[in-house]
Parts: sequence; structure tokens; C-alpha cells
Amino acid sequence: MFLLRLLLKNAFRHKLRTVLTLIGLVVAICAFGLLRTIIDAWYAGVEASSSTRLVTRSSISLTFQLPLGYAQRIRAVDGVRAISWANWFGGVYITERNFFPQFAIDPASYLALYPEYVIADAEKLAFLRDRQAAVVGRGLANKFGWRIGDTIPLRGTIYPGTWTFNLRAIYDGVDAKTDENQMFVHWSLINESVRQSTRRAADSVGVYIVGIDEPNNAALISQRIDALFANSLAETLTETEKAFQLSFVSMSEAILVAIQAVSLIIIVIIMAVMANTMTMTARERLAEYATLRALGFPPGFVVRLLYGESLLIAAIGGALGVAATLPLAAAFARAAGTLFPVFQVSALTMALQWLAALIVGSVAAAWPAWRMSRIDIVDGLRHVA
Amino acid sequence: MSRADPAPLIRIRRLVKNYRRGGQEIPVLLDLDMDVAAGEFVALMGPSGSGKSTLLNLIAGIDKPSSGSIEIGGVDIADLSEAELADWRAANVGFVFQFYNLLPVLSAQDNVELPLLLTGLPSRQRAERARLALTLVGLADRAAHYPNELSGGQQQRVAIARALVSDPLLIVADEPTGDLDRLTGEEILGLLERLVLDLGKTIVMVTHDPKAAAHAGRLVHLEKGVLVDALGG
Repeated sequence: MFLLRLLLKNAFRHKLRTVLTLIGLVVAICAFGLLRTIIDAWYAGVEASSSTRLVTRSSISLTFQLPLGYAQRIRAVDGVRAISWANWFGGVYITERNFFPQFAIDPASYLALYPEYVIADAEKLAFLRDRQAAVVGRGLANKFGWRIGDTIPLRGTIYPGTWTFNLRAIYDGVDAKTDENQMFVHWSLINESVRQSTRRAADSVGVYIVGIDEPNNAALISQRIDALFANSLAETLTETEKAFQLSFVSMSEAILVAIQAVSLIIIVIIMAVMANTMTMTARERLAEYATLRALGFPPGFVVRLLYGESLLIAAIGGALGVAATLPLAAAFARAAGTLFPVFQVSALTMALQWLAALIVGSVAAAWPAWRMSRIDIVDGLRHVA
Repeated sequence: MSRADPAPLIRIRRLVKNYRRGGQEIPVLLDLDMDVAAGEFVALMGPSGSGKSTLLNLIAGIDKPSSGSIEIGGVDIADLSEAELADWRAANVGFVFQFYNLLPVLSAQDNVELPLLLTGLPSRQRAERARLALTLVGLADRAAHYPNELSGGQQQRVAIARALVSDPLLIVADEPTGDLDRLTGEEILGLLERLVLDLGKTIVMVTHDPKAAAHAGRLVHLEKGVLVDALGG
């Protein structure tokens, strides 16, 4: 108790210095947490992907379509439980700034494969019955203030013209990892339009989503599917949904590495700042430590004092930093809009923030503690005179 | 230059202390013998550089001699390791410094209690003993005050209480009145005298001031690292 009191009083002896150090720590821990959360958000699709779903796409590129006729052949592959398909719609709502993902899907089969999109039965039925219907995530509906029955106009970029969809359903994510910022419309409606404008491009899909029973057989089933279409005009590439999502993340890997590096650099900078603070503190208290040593306190006591003070400041800064990260992340998510569909500070990120704060506290105290534990008592006492 | 004593508390023999400065060996204390009896109040005097502070530091166990022995209460502290010396100081030496050396973030009570942290006493007993020590130096009513709320004389009284609280064999005082005005200095010296007379404490004090030294029972002069005389006070 006595030691704790001494630590607390020592930590706030130079209030301005401590407060400035704390501000630096809070900013660093906050920034570290925010950058980690951005990285997590990037991987959110990967994290949310299911091990019982495979994605089959053109082996050349995602921009190349696959014939609709593949569906029945894939469905017949041993180990395949269900199949659905989707096309990237790529429409613009009012302005390009309002970007959000839109997919033209085969409604019944698609929703059956995605139980994480929770829709009220009545709304689901309304969506299935109306070919011009759309279903959107709760986050997207909240963002634009859409309600059931609203019409949503989209300017087509891939599929020309102005499309008007009736909002028939709003889905909720089954958990926080589920993306609630997507829109789904009927593939058949889009396909019919394509058939009328460019007959040759009709009945083609962007990706097949393949439901499997046994995740352990994913590789084998993927091989079987791709073997079906080997040497055809539209060869396929089948991979797990996770691998499919990762292929998007890998496109921006350099950016992610840069973000990770910056998050670590921030911690190193605050480490240097705090080490400087602790070194100044120790130097100013040289005579006090010499006095303690003269009174018979062992070098370890001085080490404990310095480590304790440094860790105390780091813990306070860490706690404030972690606490500040939550509202800051929420504000960031609002500002980023649909850029990061899932933007949540994870428990792991908070644990890493704490760990970073404690490492900063420990490293900052190391040098001054070592120095002060080795002071010559006589020289130290002379320091005061 | 020593006073014969059949059982001195401090028994120094052939004490030598050299410092190394820039590769050169500088002798500070030269083959010094000295005894101090239990319950004595000894003042060490001498010009700057005479070695009196070095001698005090060696007696207090915060410096190590180059050679010779320093027996205090039967223990040759010259043979002790750093850790043993720290334990020995905690149990046997009370310090009074020129600039008090109180921890500014602790109250007078806590400052006095500080050495007792090394004794393993429970906190209530520590607090009681600290209060008693503050009462002895006449500062019981200032226990909750911080050093910056006390005058120089009061701070030195707190330092004396801190030196007393663990009931040490020996109190070493390095220019205890050097930072005080004459009147306050006299009060502090009177207090130190009382510790010797009433509590039977042994005090070794370094001072420049002959008037301060006059309060001691014995005056020891050092010059260029040797004792030049020893006078009864």
C-alpha cells in the first residue's frame, strides 16, 4: 500500500509532464488500435466466410462470365449440396460517393446458402415474389434511411440504364461479423434485360456459390468441379470462400503491410518519448534514490519504483487509449460509410493495445532502472549538494 | 589519534581510502586509527578535502575503504558485500543530511516511516513508531505536512526522526546545520545532544562550524587524510 501510494505520487509529481506523456500514449494506443481495426476490417470478409461454401469463377479473371448451364453440372458433382450464383451489379445510387456492393442473385438458392442473412419470413416472401425487389442490409438501410416499400433508383454502369428496385426486405446479420451493407436484386430481372440488349451475353453468371456438406472435402470437390470444365471455352477456378475473399485482400497487401508498419512505428515513437520521460525523471531523482539506498533499500527497490511508475503511467495511458478507441472507431466507421462493411474493435485488438502499452512502460523504464540501480550512493548524495 | 576505550562501538584500524581520478590514485585517508565509544557525540572537523566526509561515509557504510578495518558493534563492515552492507545500514545507521533529503511526495509521517519498510513491521506498528519519533523531535502536530510545507529546521527534525525511528546503533550527520540559520541550527544541535544524553545514541557528525562542533562531546580534526588531534568537548 505504501509503495503504491509512493508510485502514484511519484507518477504525478510533474503533472504537466505526466499529462503530456499520457496524451502521447493515448494517441499512440488509439492510433494503434484504429489501424489494427482497419486491417481487421479488410479481412472481415475472410473472417465471415463459411467453410461449407466454395466459389467457382472463370479461371481467366473475375471479369469473365461463366455459362448458366454450368449450374446443373456443378450441382451433380459428388459432395455438392447446393448451388447458387451471383453477378456484380455495380450500380450508382445518386452519386459515386454512395458506393455499396450490389449483387444480382438467384434469390431462393442464394439466401438458402447464406443463413447469416436473417430476414423476416414475410419480407423474404415479398422479396422472392417481386422480380423488381431488392433486399438490403440493416446498416445500408439505416445509412440511407430506407424503409420497406421505398423505391431505390440505381444508375447501371455494367448494365446500362436506370434501374428502380422496390425495397421488400431488410436483412440483419446473424453476428457482428456479417456484412450489413450489401444489396441483392433478382438475377433474372437483370438477365432478361441483357437478353434484350445483347442476346449473346445473356444467361451468364459472375460466380457460382457452391454449398458442400463436408469442409474437409473442399479441395477434392474443387478439383472435381474444375476438372469438369477443363479444356472448355470457359474453364473454372474453384476455391473456398475464404480463399476467394483472401484473393481480394491480397490485391491490397502492400497497403496493409504499410498500415501494419505505421501502427508499429507509432508504438516505437511513443516508447522513445516515454523512455525520455523516465530517464529525465530518474536523473532528477538521483539524490532521492541515493538516499533510499543509503537508508538500506536494495537496488531492486529503486528498480521497482521506476518500473512501477512507468507501468502505472503506461497502464493509465493504455486504459484511456483503449477506451477512446471505441467511440473513435465508431466515428471512423460512420465517416467511412460502406467502405468498411464490418468495422469493429476486436477483443484481440484491445488485448494488443494493452500489451503495447505494457511493453512501452517496461521498455521505457529499463535503461533508467538499470542506471539507478547501479548508482554510487556517495555520488548520488553529492548530487543534491 | 584515538581515545582508548575497552569496548568502543566504532573501532577503525589502518584505514586507507584512495580515489582514482583520470588514471591517478589520490589518497584521501592515510592509515587512520580511531575509536568511538557507545553513547559518544563526536564531531569531525577539518578543511575541505581533509577527508572528513569520506571518513563519515565509510563509517556509515555507504563507501568502501581501500584497506583497513571498520568494526562497528563488532562487525567489520569493510568485509561486507553490497547487499550485506545495505542490510547492515538499514538495521544500524541513521542518516542526517545537510539538505535533509526527505522525499518531497511523502508527508513527514511517511518520510519517517520509510526506513521501517525494511523491517517487516506491520503498517500499524510502523505508523505508531513514526508518530513516536516525530513526537520526540517535537513535530507530532506536523505529521501530515509535506516537506515543502515545513521550514528548514522542521525538515531537519523530520530527518532526525527518520534517523531515529529504526533505533539504530549509530547516527551519522553530515553538516546537519549547514543549511540552517544559527538559531535553528542551535535547536537542531540541542536535539542531537538530547539524543545522546537522553537516549544514549552514538553520533558522528561532520561540520565546518566550530560552534556546532562545540556541542559534541569530542572533536576530531582531520587534515590531509590524517587525524591531527582529538579534543574532549
